[in-house]
Amino acid sequence: MIYADNAATTKMSDAALNVMIQTAKENWGNPSSLYTHGQRAKEIVEKAREDIAGIIGADRSEITFTSGGSESDNQAILTAAMLGEAKGKKHIISDTFEHHAVLHTLSALEKKGFEVTLLDVHENGIIDPAELEAAIREDTCLVTIMFANNEIGTIQPIKQLGQICRAHGVIFHTDAVQAVGHVHINVNEYNIDMMSASAHKFNGPKGAGFLYAKKGIGLSSLIEGGSQEKGKRAGTENVPAIAAMAAALKENADKTDERSAIVTKMRDRLIEGLLAIPHSVLNGDAKSRLPGNANLCFEGIEGESLLLLLDDKGIAASSGSACTSGSLDPSHVLLAIGRAHDVAHGSLRLTINEETSEKDIEYIIESVTEVVERLRSFSPVWRDLITGKRQFVL
Amino acid sequence: MALYSEKVMDHFRNPRNVGVIEDANGVGEVGNLKCGDIMKMYLKIEDDIISDVKFETFGCGSAIASSSMATELIKGQPVEKARELTNQAVAEALDGLPDYKMHCSVLAEEAIIAALDDYEKKSSVSDLSDK
Repeated sequence: MIYADNAATTKMSDAALNVMIQTAKENWGNPSSLYTHGQRAKEIVEKAREDIAGIIGADRSEITFTSGGSESDNQAILTAAMLGEAKGKKHIISDTFEHHAVLHTLSALEKKGFEVTLLDVHENGIIDPAELEAAIREDTCLVTIMFANNEIGTIQPIKQLGQICRAHGVIFHTDAVQAVGHVHINVNEYNIDMMSASAHKFNGPKGAGFLYAKKGIGLSSLIEGGSQEKGKRAGTENVPAIAAMAAALKENADKTDERSAIVTKMRDRLIEGLLAIPHSVLNGDAKSRLPGNANLCFEGIEGESLLLLLDDKGIAASSGSACTSGSLDPSHVLLAIGRAHDVAHGSLRLTINEETSEKDIEYIIESVTEVVERLRSFSPVWRDLITGKRQFVL
Repeated sequence: MALYSEKVMDHFRNPRNVGVIEDANGVGEVGNLKCGDIMKMYLKIEDDIISDVKFETFGCGSAIASSSMATELIKGQPVEKARELTNQAVAEALDGLPDYKMHCSVLAEEAIIAALDDYEKKSSVSDLSDK
């Protein structure tokens, strides 16, 4: 299998897997217990917190362990909303192509009387800092903008966006689930107040993540119970997963530049090869995007059938087609960057990593070209396009 | 568990009766691009028997498989028998479809009815012109 769906999840690294197994075998005590066996588990959790904090330029007290990206997003947004509400500020700024963990949390807040402004992400999938500045109001309590988009991989000008928030005294949260472990992030340098991350997106285990919250932001707990995580997240710590998450992030952080150079080169070849298919388009900015992300639309075909035929060829990929999700609408991300519904249905996301070979890239290009051609050969939409009954969009 | 039955995958991978009938006397197209499924059926009807049927589909795996199976079920059948084709029959012949994909079998049924309606409309016009 050629695995080209690393934005969905990644394979655990050997380092992370070994730490996870070893911790589960040897340090299975409860970190809240006072005897040595429990305290050893506690030490492992605290060492992981220190390692993770160090990598993102934070203090250990600013890291809270969670179950992953969705929980971190929920906790960050609800915290800022509660802090804002206490001061009579009930306006939140975000953008149209956030992950649903953010968008649905914001919808829930709207029902509670909050007002939400969603910034345009433009055709290139990048927010204009000037538009953020113009949207900030006296009663804005939070700006939440993702570091990198999960579907089209575009990287936002986080530093500038953070700077604007700082200047206006507004909390700035970023969902960095797709970016942590793949690009360098220093929370101070980037003016980030809160940041969500998920271990399984950077070769760590599923069910573990963290939320960075700058000193002074008192997180509201989503889960009531014991006093774990300083009362900010009740429940016995998932010690093996937390230790494995730190091991995975450490390894990725050490290799970020080296990996990025290799993967970016292959990604650019992949995009070039796929754009040679007639009536195709790259989704999102070609330069400001995650090293491993290629996302394209092919006119006249539908994404699910494309994925199934690629699966037959041993390629694991994903699509923003409605049919792959069970809904009638295609990906909100592709609609947000202005793709028409019919074009958005024919999308393909390939997210490669350093384990992908140059040979794999050529095989993917060859396979996608062949499959698109095959599906077009019996597509009534394609027939209408080539016979001039319908106008090409791409 | 796989998303689709072996039969769905077989009809998806090797769709039967794919293509166009140039001298079709019944053509039906249903679905819409917004939802991501379009099916087009071509019928050649001689002496009230469907002597040939072909389809073109833009859509997901189950849409392609449903079109393929529907053409198999009506090929060689009398027109009135073809009119009785239901989406359940298409889905059953495919050994079932996931719940949220049942609409694909509905589209297949509708495409065939649309093509039969087109045939009847055309033949009534030609009957008139014969007179």
